[in-house]
Amino acid sequence: MTGVRSRQEKTIAAIGHIIMILAAALAIAPFWLLVSSSIQEESSIIRDGYSFLPKEVSFSAYQYLLGEWKQIGRAYFVTIFTTVIGTTLSLFLVSMTSYVLSIRDLPGRTFIFIAILLTMLINGGQVSMYITYTRIVDVRNTIFALLVPNLLLNGFNVMLVRNYVTNSIPRELQEAASIDGAGLFHIYIRIILPLSKPILATVGLLTALGYWNDWINGLYFVSDSKWYSIQLMLNQINSNASFLASHSDQLGQMANQIDIPTVAVRMAISVLVIIPIVLAYPFFQKYFTGGMMVGAVKG
Amino acid sequence: MKARKKKVNFKRFIPAYIMLLPGLAYFVINNYIPMYGITIAFRKLDFKKGILRSPFCGFDNFKFLFASGNMGPIIRNTVLYNLVFLALGAIVPVAFAILFNEIRAKRVKKLYQTVVLLPYLMSMVIVSSLVYNFLSADMGFINKSILEPLTGQTVSFYQEKKFWPFILTFVHEWKGLGFSMVLYLSTLLSISDDFYEAAKIDGATRLQQIRYIMLPFLRPTIIMMLILGISKIFNSDFGLFYQVPKNSGVLYPVTQTIDVYVYNALMNQNNIMMSSAASVAQAAIGFTLVIVSNLIIKKISPDDSIF
Repeated sequence: MTGVRSRQEKTIAAIGHIIMILAAALAIAPFWLLVSSSIQEESSIIRDGYSFLPKEVSFSAYQYLLGEWKQIGRAYFVTIFTTVIGTTLSLFLVSMTSYVLSIRDLPGRTFIFIAILLTMLINGGQVSMYITYTRIVDVRNTIFALLVPNLLLNGFNVMLVRNYVTNSIPRELQEAASIDGAGLFHIYIRIILPLSKPILATVGLLTALGYWNDWINGLYFVSDSKWYSIQLMLNQINSNASFLASHSDQLGQMANQIDIPTVAVRMAISVLVIIPIVLAYPFFQKYFTGGMMVGAVKG
Repeated sequence: MKARKKKVNFKRFIPAYIMLLPGLAYFVINNYIPMYGITIAFRKLDFKKGILRSPFCGFDNFKFLFASGNMGPIIRNTVLYNLVFLALGAIVPVAFAILFNEIRAKRVKKLYQTVVLLPYLMSMVIVSSLVYNFLSADMGFINKSILEPLTGQTVSFYQEKKFWPFILTFVHEWKGLGFSMVLYLSTLLSISDDFYEAAKIDGATRLQQIRYIMLPFLRPTIIMMLILGISKIFNSDFGLFYQVPKNSGVLYPVTQTIDVYVYNALMNQNNIMMSSAASVAQAAIGFTLVIVSNLIIKKISPDDSIF
């Protein structure tokens, strides 16, 4: 915008600043409380409650987590593994499917595309989903429970990537490669994949966030703590205070004698869950916001 | 001649179909087989024959579900929360987007946006933890640092129904506001400067520009979000209503929504028939609402309809 700004414009902008500062403070405050509680001495939490400025600082919760690294580390690894593998698989599937559906004279492609789009409108509900993944394809207590149901592929992402491939990748490139004798798979690997990077970055980041944050699949399909992701473990600790003691790996009989800083540990694990998102997010913000935008506009 | 041509085509496309297979297989398992599972809601469970081979019983499960009498509050909760969220969603983020758009300092703007979007990236498990830090009866910040010093009394939030409609609405706004704001902001950013310049020449104040330029431009987006919301009025954010009140039974009368009921009936009471009936009724009404609300919009304002 150009020119001198009127008094009214300045007033509105000032109100904007005030409102946004308040909103930002409200957005940040719970995280601050969380982090400060995680480094608060356990007895002090119990006496004074969670506090924004801990009086007695202690890193015992984090030390405890280090001692329990086998258990926590495993859950953390499960989360990282599902996020990386799930996102990679998802991008591979979504891009390959989208590419084939963008081939102009493929017989049956409209029918298949509509069948995929329909899945955005109609679904069988959570119960049929549960029955399918327990009775027909049993994924319970396997890594597939965390990878496959709902998260891997959806009609919306196929629509998004297909539109991109159709509209933003010059058809001449594919035709030229085809004349040079390249097969479809070759064209997909050499031309489509590299050229659809922008849309795949967006779709991939949202998929990765979905995997990182997922706890619902675990809630339905995982009961064996071996396959707990970090979110699921946190969920267990939240709902069952004695979970840590009963799953401690510091020598069974000793576990009860060791003073577990249960309250602070809960905070410390939450911090561990949040940190990767907070660290990665500013760098990927433009993809995140871009993706959320298309996601909401047509979702 | 035509037939021969087609045959050749098919051969050429065999690799294409092979490449389609994995993706299609996924949609069949993840989406189409569960659609067949809808029939479970119309069956009388017979464990000997298996869930998917049990005999049909018409609408008996639905009759039983709605006759049992506890669906009333559950449906009411689902719909009322959605109505409140919809109303707030059409006002609060729009106001935020307009005010945000008036700020000129670019760096500060980016910072604000980054910060208010942060809650949107959190899982409900985390959100539930964050809320608990404030509300816990014996260690929560509100009780220990505000209520106790000031009034000498504490409140057991997780036992008191009356607070939860407000708490859940607040948490919903807290988590989603940044996202909805950015959504409306993208519409505002698409407005060409020419409109404002022209309005200025005509002597319009900034408030008038907001009223006569920005709001009309935002209208289609607001309407679209409303349609989407209405079509999902029988759906609820399972995480919000299950995690944040910590699935506390005392709070069910004001926190339990259809999705929470479906989960509890299926996983805790092992009541496949009831949960299936509830979930199918929800899906069917939802689908009808999408179609109907879109038809209505098409009648009133054809440009704003989704399909």
